[in-house]
Amino acid sequence: MSEHVMSSKFYYTIWIALLGLTVVTAAVSFLDLGPFNVIVALVIATVKALLVVLFFMHVKYASEKLTKIVIVSAIFWLFLLLALSMADYATRLWS
Amino acid sequence: MATAAVTAEREHYLNKEYGIRSWLLTTDHKRIALLYLISITFFFFVGGFFALLIRLELLTPAGDLVQADTYNKLFTMHGQVMIFFFLIPSIPAVLGNFLVPLMIGAKDLAFPRINLLSWYLYVIAGAIYVHCILTGGVDTGWTFYTPFSTAFSNTKVIEAGIAIFIAGFSSILTGLNFVVTIHRMRAPGMTWSRLPLFIWAHYATSIIQLLGTPVLAITLLLVVFERAFNLGIFDPTRGGDPLLFQHLFWFYSHPAVYIMILPAMAVESEIVACFTRKRIFGYNFVAMSSIAIAVFGFLVWAHHMFVAGISLYSALIFSILSYLVAVPSAIKVFNWTATMYRGSISFTTPMLYAFGFIGLFTMGGLTGLFLACLGIDVHVHDTYFVIAHFHYIMVGGAVMGYLGGMHFWWPKISGRMYPEGWGRLAALLVFVGFNLTFFPQFILGYMGMPRRYWQYPPEFQVLNVLSTAGSTILAVGYVLPMIYFLWSMRYGKIAEDNPWGAAGLEWKTSSPPPTFNFEEEPEVTWEAYNYEEIPAPAEEPVER
Amino acid sequence: MSDSPIAVEQHGPELLHHFVDAEQQRDAASLGMWLFLATEIMFFGGMFCAYLIYRFWYYNEFAAGSRSLDITLGTVNTAVLICSSLTVALGVRAAQMGKRKLLVVLLLLTIVFGFAFLGIKGVEWYNKYEEHHIPGPSFNVDDLIKAYPQIHIDPQHEQIFFSLYFAMTGLHALHMIIGVVMFAFLSYYAWKGRYTPKYYTPVEMGGLYWHFVDIVWIYLFPLLYLIDRHH
Repeated sequence: MSEHVMSSKFYYTIWIALLGLTVVTAAVSFLDLGPFNVIVALVIATVKALLVVLFFMHVKYASEKLTKIVIVSAIFWLFLLLALSMADYATRLWS
Repeated sequence: MATAAVTAEREHYLNKEYGIRSWLLTTDHKRIALLYLISITFFFFVGGFFALLIRLELLTPAGDLVQADTYNKLFTMHGQVMIFFFLIPSIPAVLGNFLVPLMIGAKDLAFPRINLLSWYLYVIAGAIYVHCILTGGVDTGWTFYTPFSTAFSNTKVIEAGIAIFIAGFSSILTGLNFVVTIHRMRAPGMTWSRLPLFIWAHYATSIIQLLGTPVLAITLLLVVFERAFNLGIFDPTRGGDPLLFQHLFWFYSHPAVYIMILPAMAVESEIVACFTRKRIFGYNFVAMSSIAIAVFGFLVWAHHMFVAGISLYSALIFSILSYLVAVPSAIKVFNWTATMYRGSISFTTPMLYAFGFIGLFTMGGLTGLFLACLGIDVHVHDTYFVIAHFHYIMVGGAVMGYLGGMHFWWPKISGRMYPEGWGRLAALLVFVGFNLTFFPQFILGYMGMPRRYWQYPPEFQVLNVLSTAGSTILAVGYVLPMIYFLWSMRYGKIAEDNPWGAAGLEWKTSSPPPTFNFEEEPEVTWEAYNYEEIPAPAEEPVER
Repeated sequence: MSDSPIAVEQHGPELLHHFVDAEQQRDAASLGMWLFLATEIMFFGGMFCAYLIYRFWYYNEFAAGSRSLDITLGTVNTAVLICSSLTVALGVRAAQMGKRKLLVVLLLLTIVFGFAFLGIKGVEWYNKYEEHHIPGPSFNVDDLIKAYPQIHIDPQHEQIFFSLYFAMTGLHALHMIIGVVMFAFLSYYAWKGRYTPKYYTPVEMGGLYWHFVDIVWIYLFPLLYLIDRHH
């Protein structure tokens, strides 16, 4: 883990951003964007998650590449589960 | 370096402390390995007992030994005990726990207390499962398929599910410990390319344990919830999809078979190198193929579901991927064989198991390709062909790897040599008994005998009788090592530090090792498998 | 060759004997915690997979169920967790700077936020109980069927939504409880002065765990509460 001590002001900035994005995602859900509602919601959630991971969990300043490899691998593996399962469900009615 | 002509006054990990507390509260990875050895051996016999009953029932076409419901319980519990309480822990929790720190030059694993915790979780899980067996058992098939397991079975599904759930955490913690240890605690000079292939294979195994087991855990949890609260998540009459259960279940359970075989491949590399006195041919390929198996192994799970109702298009994808996953395994087999070419081969007991492993694993693996072919799978799915296939890998492969490894490292673990003549006899009995048990099952399956059936048409009887006969020989082959390993602890020849003249850091410390593994922290300046620098053992390292 | 075991080194009581130095110990702890979080991603991930499939199949029921959840409470709870992540991050910083009292305050504040989250969740679940939306013998969604006459709602499919809702938020709440207990221990040891700028690894690791639980909620919130709100 890095020894980098961040300023408390920086943490407060991230905090405000997270709260702001929360309000945004709740508000946007009331707009009719068709299929994009879920995409926007997930994009906002991912931005929030990234803020937490990179700054609150210090991954941005981690000296170790291994930490990032672990995180990316886990997310990729989950994605494998979701994608290959959906490959079955999405194509069941094709034949 | 002191030889083992030194008497038992030398302090090592076995005699450092006596008493039950020093064992049950130990954080020494070597003692924990022995704790695991005792518990998994117990479960091996429990699972073997169920197998024996199955084979006895199948001696005759009629269902006459046990009732049909009982038979369902027998094959379910045979499978669950053997997979979750024997095979999955076996090599990693015994040989891996013992050897990983030694092989990389560390004093212990990264998290010794978590190591002990993983054993206690295993024991608690095992106790719950034994209680389940004794109070009625479970009859869903080892695969817990829904909606039978969630809505219709009258047996102790929840208890079995909870037991396996807990055992899963034991497995996850072992994997976590190994990955951190291998990354963080290698001795100076022990670079990744100098690691024994045993370490590479256990690293790959640990990745699978970490990423796959949690999915099994959540799946079993959902089954328990569904059964306990009468939900409908997997119930087709209530909008649920039984195939969702299967997707989630097999997402773990297919990679699980690689958890079971990769450690045996780990052992194979070490034994083949030692008893051909050569560096493993294609070290990089073997190392990388371990990682490839771990990764590809996650991409093929629905090949267990070809006839279950998945879409044809996803079946095609999974079929192609299943062919691909055979490639890294084949690479290993070619490399071990190439290692033997022009090597100086000794036919010691571990090497006999290693030979058996290559042949039997190859047969099991090739028959897997039969199953990966959609057209053939339609014919042989849920028949004895599948059973033969996976037993060739799990027993002909994994168990022989385990036994070979136990023999190879027994001198290091116990400080004693096992009797070589008996060792070779047992290996031979295992090989003959195994083939007689399971080869007929390929034919039975192809001829159409379904699995999990407690009676069968009379024309299948001859092959079934052969199979049962083989299983008795196999049983003798398994019991013999139990006896002579125990015997050797008192009467066996005292082992030197390196009775096999093998490469590897574990052989540079005494047999048995001291509690902190090395007198001085090793510094590695040589490549792995430097057999050209290591003299062959002065005398035949065998006892007649 | 020395004849004493290698473990004779001058070090603080926190350095465990099998590690070479404090840095190795800290790096091991960090990698261990991240690997554990990776397993948690897969653990929750299995339920996200079930959610994905059934949302694909039963969108109408998922939409109706989602709209029956209290978006205000959900949003407030999200904000509560974000605040708790702030106090955790500031707490790790306090530990890094050796500010013991501040660390204790921040850890306790985190626990307060944790309880707030659990309390609000309890209220939400109680509401579901009153509305007969808890899966089981008294499950009844006639209210939803009446509220949305323009779409077809199958009660059994609706029950699948609520089964997943309770399973996912329940598992999340369980992780919160474990986190609160962990932070209670951390607060106690922090108060006792165990954590210094040289050694605050448990605070850091506890922080990673807490942030992870926050991130799970960051995804649960839109997936459970924000389906089809615009109709």
